[in-house]
Amino acid sequence: MIAEGKKLRTELALITEWIRPNSHVLDLGCGDGTLLVHLRETRQITGYGVEIDHHEIVQCIESGINVIQANLNSGLSDFENDTFDYVIMTLALQAIERPDILLQDMLRIGQEVIVTFPNFGHWAARMHLLAGRMPISRALPNEWYNTPNIHLCSMKDFEHLCAQLDVKILQCAAVDTAHRSTPAMKRFPNLMGEVAVYRLQK
Amino acid sequence: MADNFPTDSIGLVEPVVQHFNKPLMLDCGRALAEYDLIYETYGKLNEQRSNAILICHALSGDHHAAGFHREEDKKPGWWDSAIGPNKPIDTNQFFVVCLNNLGGCKGSTGPVSINPLTGKLYGPTFPIVTVRDWVESQARLADVLGILKWAAVIGGSLGGMQTLQWTLQYPDRVSHALVIAAAPRLSAQNIAFNEVARQAILSDPEFYKGRYYEHNTVPRRGLMLARMIGHITYLSDESMRAKFGRELKEGKLNFGFDEAEFQVESYLHYQGRSFVGRFDANTYLLMTKALDYFDPAREFNHDLVKTLANVQAKFMVISFTSDWRFSPARSREIVQALLRNRKSVNYVEINANQGHDAFLMPIPDYMAIFRAYMQQVAKEVNV
Repeated sequence: MIAEGKKLRTELALITEWIRPNSHVLDLGCGDGTLLVHLRETRQITGYGVEIDHHEIVQCIESGINVIQANLNSGLSDFENDTFDYVIMTLALQAIERPDILLQDMLRIGQEVIVTFPNFGHWAARMHLLAGRMPISRALPNEWYNTPNIHLCSMKDFEHLCAQLDVKILQCAAVDTAHRSTPAMKRFPNLMGEVAVYRLQK
Repeated sequence: MADNFPTDSIGLVEPVVQHFNKPLMLDCGRALAEYDLIYETYGKLNEQRSNAILICHALSGDHHAAGFHREEDKKPGWWDSAIGPNKPIDTNQFFVVCLNNLGGCKGSTGPVSINPLTGKLYGPTFPIVTVRDWVESQARLADVLGILKWAAVIGGSLGGMQTLQWTLQYPDRVSHALVIAAAPRLSAQNIAFNEVARQAILSDPEFYKGRYYEHNTVPRRGLMLARMIGHITYLSDESMRAKFGRELKEGKLNFGFDEAEFQVESYLHYQGRSFVGRFDANTYLLMTKALDYFDPAREFNHDLVKTLANVQAKFMVISFTSDWRFSPARSREIVQALLRNRKSVNYVEINANQGHDAFLMPIPDYMAIFRAYMQQVAKEVNV
């Protein structure tokens, strides 16, 4: 699901700060389980990862992470309402067939939802579009024809969707691909942030 | 001597028979005053007795899960693909136990055993045994072997049902449960297939109400038909097409009914015939009943979530995409119930076109998951 290569340490640190200790967590598109391992060690969380890729699943098992093989495009019907303290999805929203439906499903099963996605409003993306080409960047390395990212959006777009779905934004941050946050990103997140990080509630 | 066997084979193995004198009360209300269980073990039990693995067999399986009985044996045990040195169930690390279930026909007490009360074969008088009865008898074998807690109980199909039952019946005696190509209960369709198989046997004129031994015969045609229909359900449409297509044995149509014309017919006949030589019809009837009756949620108002509320084992549930006899959706019922109880569970759906039979095959993705999980088990028991 993740097109941008490895999830980066600083993003994990940022999300970790938002998670209360001893929570029950679901990580959608958990990859090799890096985030869950980190949360288990630093926040003593319990929970599961959901992943579709066989090789990533083997790595989750080797890390002792509970993992459920499933396709996120098929929905989250295996999970009951309000089962998790947090439902997390990092850098996968833009690759989902119906992000709006999945987002609501995440809010159904979790008290809070944390999502991250590459910000299409980033100035570099705008420059590419001004030059008449689809953006290619560190956060979006693929060509338009082979990208798994079928639903790109800017932070403004995402906030518009949240308003439409009546979703509360509890916290928001914009970072670069190294997941650092500079003063400029804090001031102009949609222009300066490469990756958007949101904490939401229904 | 063992040079003849592949290097990743456990090699020559020998079954052991354990006699039990303490009566076993059965679900059906009857009791077995005494009985034998035949079993095999592979690998060494460690000092802490913490590395023991129980393998539960499926419908037509037995205690011979891995290795060879004789130098000249061509075929190893039924799950040799997964059990042996450096295989997913690594006999260098684990002490593996596999037994023939009660009611079986391979050495444990069953219809072809002598009833000590009458001095005659049990035959059709052997009581109907359930998965719960089997787990009870398996627990008694564990007691004899000095195994307080299994590092893992592992089984596919009907074996997966026994694994699930272990976690309910003896929650504190199972660390890990690997439930493969299984279901929390049979569907109506599954029971229907079993009933056709049973009717094939019961309606064979040579069945003699189960007393065929006294007539020096066996219900050959019935058992063969039962196995043939079983085999169809163990394969997938795709695997049958790949294996046989519409190929003709003699390359031409014979316009008759006398012999198998298509390769698939010939295959089914062969499977049926060879089964008759190695399996008992009364045992087949018993095993299908145990399958049909298995439904642990029945005691919990058909609520599987409540049923699994007290399990302590960590679960690994595996299904296969083309398995329609025990479809992935059925495995997911178990997974959903475990998730709702916040239990430790992994679920993997292996891409495989072999149908239900896939669980016995060394499919690389399957073996990789199996191996990774068993290594976690090994770490926990310090082997």
